[in-house]
Amino acid sequence: MKLVKNAAGRKVPTVVNGFKSIPFKGVNKYKPTGVKAKPKINSCIDYPSSGDKTVRSLKEALKKAGLKDGMTISTHHHLRNGDVLTNKLFDAIKSLGVKNIRWFPSASFPCHSHLIKYLDDGTIHHIEGSMNGPLGRYASEGKMKGLGVLRSHGGRYQSVQDGEVKIDIAVIAAPTADPFGNATGVRGKSACGLLGFALADSEYAEKSIVVTDNLIPFPCIPWQIQGNNIDYVVEIDSLGDPKKIVSGTTQVTKSPDRLLIADLVAQFFEETGIMKDGFSFQAGAGGTNLAFALNLKEKMKAKEIKARFIRGGSTKYLVEMLEEGLTDYILDGQTFDLDGVRSMRENPNHVNTSPFTSYNFHGKGNFASMLDAVVLGATEVDINFNANVASHSDGYLLHGIGGWQNCLFSKCTILAIPSFRDRIPVIVDEVTTLCGPGELIDVIITERGIAINPKRKDLLKAVKKSNLPIRTIKEIYDEVNDLCGGKPAKPKVDKNTIIAVIKWVDGTILDSVYKVKK
Amino acid sequence: MSKLNKASAGKKGPKVRSDCFIEIEERKSGAIKLNFKSKVQSMYGTQIEDQIFNLCRHFGLRHAIISVEDAGALPFTIAARFELALKRLHPDWKCEYLPELNSKNKYRTTKDKLRRSRLYLPGNEPKFYPNAGLHQPDGIILDLEDSVAPTEKDAAQLLVRNALRTIDFYGSERMVRINQLPKGLDDLDYIVPHNVHVILIPKVESADQIKQIETKVKELKKNFKIKNDIYFMPIIESALGVEKAFEIASASKFNCSLAVGLEDYTADIGTQRSNEGTESFMARSKVVNAAKAAGIQAIDTVFSDVNDMKALKNSVIEAKQLGFEGKGCIHPRQINVINKEFLPTEEEIEKAKKIVIAFEEAKSKGIGVVSLGSKMIDAPVVKRAERTIKLAVDNKILQPNWKYSN
Repeated sequence: MKLVKNAAGRKVPTVVNGFKSIPFKGVNKYKPTGVKAKPKINSCIDYPSSGDKTVRSLKEALKKAGLKDGMTISTHHHLRNGDVLTNKLFDAIKSLGVKNIRWFPSASFPCHSHLIKYLDDGTIHHIEGSMNGPLGRYASEGKMKGLGVLRSHGGRYQSVQDGEVKIDIAVIAAPTADPFGNATGVRGKSACGLLGFALADSEYAEKSIVVTDNLIPFPCIPWQIQGNNIDYVVEIDSLGDPKKIVSGTTQVTKSPDRLLIADLVAQFFEETGIMKDGFSFQAGAGGTNLAFALNLKEKMKAKEIKARFIRGGSTKYLVEMLEEGLTDYILDGQTFDLDGVRSMRENPNHVNTSPFTSYNFHGKGNFASMLDAVVLGATEVDINFNANVASHSDGYLLHGIGGWQNCLFSKCTILAIPSFRDRIPVIVDEVTTLCGPGELIDVIITERGIAINPKRKDLLKAVKKSNLPIRTIKEIYDEVNDLCGGKPAKPKVDKNTIIAVIKWVDGTILDSVYKVKK
Repeated sequence: MSKLNKASAGKKGPKVRSDCFIEIEERKSGAIKLNFKSKVQSMYGTQIEDQIFNLCRHFGLRHAIISVEDAGALPFTIAARFELALKRLHPDWKCEYLPELNSKNKYRTTKDKLRRSRLYLPGNEPKFYPNAGLHQPDGIILDLEDSVAPTEKDAAQLLVRNALRTIDFYGSERMVRINQLPKGLDDLDYIVPHNVHVILIPKVESADQIKQIETKVKELKKNFKIKNDIYFMPIIESALGVEKAFEIASASKFNCSLAVGLEDYTADIGTQRSNEGTESFMARSKVVNAAKAAGIQAIDTVFSDVNDMKALKNSVIEAKQLGFEGKGCIHPRQINVINKEFLPTEEEIEKAKKIVIAFEEAKSKGIGVVSLGSKMIDAPVVKRAERTIKLAVDNKILQPNWKYSN
């Protein structure tokens, strides 16, 4: 495999799974030319005028869609760890004797460890999408036939739109749908909120199959996926386990150290003036982030400040802010709990968005860069503010990139992370895998203090008179190494065997992930 | 009876974090054989191996099979667990392994230091240690007593000793709660040589118990050439203790505070704690009175509902009104509320300002007797006012140059 050093100093392959790839050129340095992917022209003559596109089974739909060896099959991850459909889908593919599928999910979860046997027997050739838990371990041990390709949510849309990934068949899980193929996520026993991650698939796939466990007569209102893009509709008993699709209630962290970090983030918002009338922010659904949101809410109430919009991952806590008038809108990318689903269904100011509107780098702008601040996590950050979300410090693939890379373009990007976990330093000298260039990461907030990127002179000035514990990242790094008993060893990996690549938001290759030596 | 040749220490299992399990099987011959697995194998495997072999050399252990199951224990924990396994094999061995004293752990304390909040940490639970000081309690208590299972007392002694030497508590006062006497006297060997600031003595019922501690501390200080003062905080936790409160409070010049512990006290008088606390009113008042009569701080019991911050706040306001100057915490979330509520109110600060100014004016004019309005101001009143001012300035609710800012 030919490797070249990219603009971040990382060695990356020039050919990935047989396709030519462009090494990372630097932030905002690569601008492609040409035209977008061109889905073929369809005619309604080929579809029933009654609008009834139902077929009896998934297997039949796959056959009608022309499933064959080597195709690319896409799925979305709105059902999260409750997804049963994807496992059934590959059971069906296996029973049809089809091989060498490229699976193109918007993310995978531990429930998909069911698919390892299909990676073993050649039904699935490789995965292009996040590989969590057991799948990450499988890939890291070099067992997958092709290279994993990890993209951000925006990068996934970009890759489809730009024609980098041609989806042959999209299989779209739909908690409610009509026979025409209109579909929504806000209703039904498997309600998951929205279906934004399936938008690109429905628009660009050669064939699209909607699979639902709540088929209702036309019209399905509101339609989040348009039936005009859908070929077949299949009804099945169950898409998955509702308890794992959304949580009943999302839990705020009880860890005193995480709570301390959350306090510091909220205090940072207040003291730097990010928290002002009409501001906007994004915070995820992790325990620390929820605690931060609760804390910020109190500060906003005390100062009578209202946000213009909040970007979700929505949860009960963001919904409460909307309902109590602390924000005009929630622009939501995925709903994490039942309150989020209810609010999206009932409140017109709780708006569903997609990777196209929020994150796509090859569009005429996107929402991510308009945010005043985002609060994100990371598994590692180095002393140059570069960060890793994909792999663990032992070299194993651990997480997908999600919207994380896309969010780095906000006006103030904050990583709220512990400085170490047990005996695993989070602040390191060099990240195991580069997922986000340090020049886009502005602030690191840990329980041991706040480090501001020296490039952000404005922020450094803004905190000068504050009571915030401002330190250099090197100081925190040194303290953590002292505590852990020295610098951690680098992961033992086979530098000659790449098992996956990390894409940047513009489709270039930012870093490689190596096979872990047992 | 054949001599034991195998012993273990520490914890293992799926829920264990930041701890390790070490088993040592001594043999008659053969080299050291180390079997180990660690959650941080790829990052710190080499360091862990080196540490174990260094410990073997230190203790002169040459023939043994050592098994280590590590869940991300920091070096101070690994050392404590190893030493314990070995000492369980050889209870008579006197040799210790003392981790290097962290240069940041050499700070001292004073008798009248602020002791508003004191955070209890279970003595045998290493995962809470490294971050405890970040929550900025006035004091951190490494507990050898009630939070430690009777079978793990020896484990906690070594772990607390190593923590005192290595863990940075970021300026919090370094406290240890020892066991009830006589066991508590043994505990002193593990803490006095390692810059403990305050020793909390539980269930005290006589001045003699304090005297015993004082004698042993004095002896240890002499042996280890320790110059700085080590203070005592006796805890009154029984009916008899309440009756003897003043005798106890004035038993040693090293007593810095007198605390009350209500869980045991209410059990002792045959009732249970109520939210209103009527059953313990007398005991608490008596402890306050005894402490003040002996010229030391009065410290209230812990507040045990970690989720109810409102009730905690009210309880602090009540304690402050009774004359207490501090309260115990069992969760870091309680610290801020306690620290804040024990601060002087705006009214108290205004009054203190007037007293200090009146006193300084009188002094500069050479007037012996100071009065404010119709009230005489004597030395303790001035002292208290100065203390209020210092508290306010230290906590940034009053400008250091307040005298000139109006």
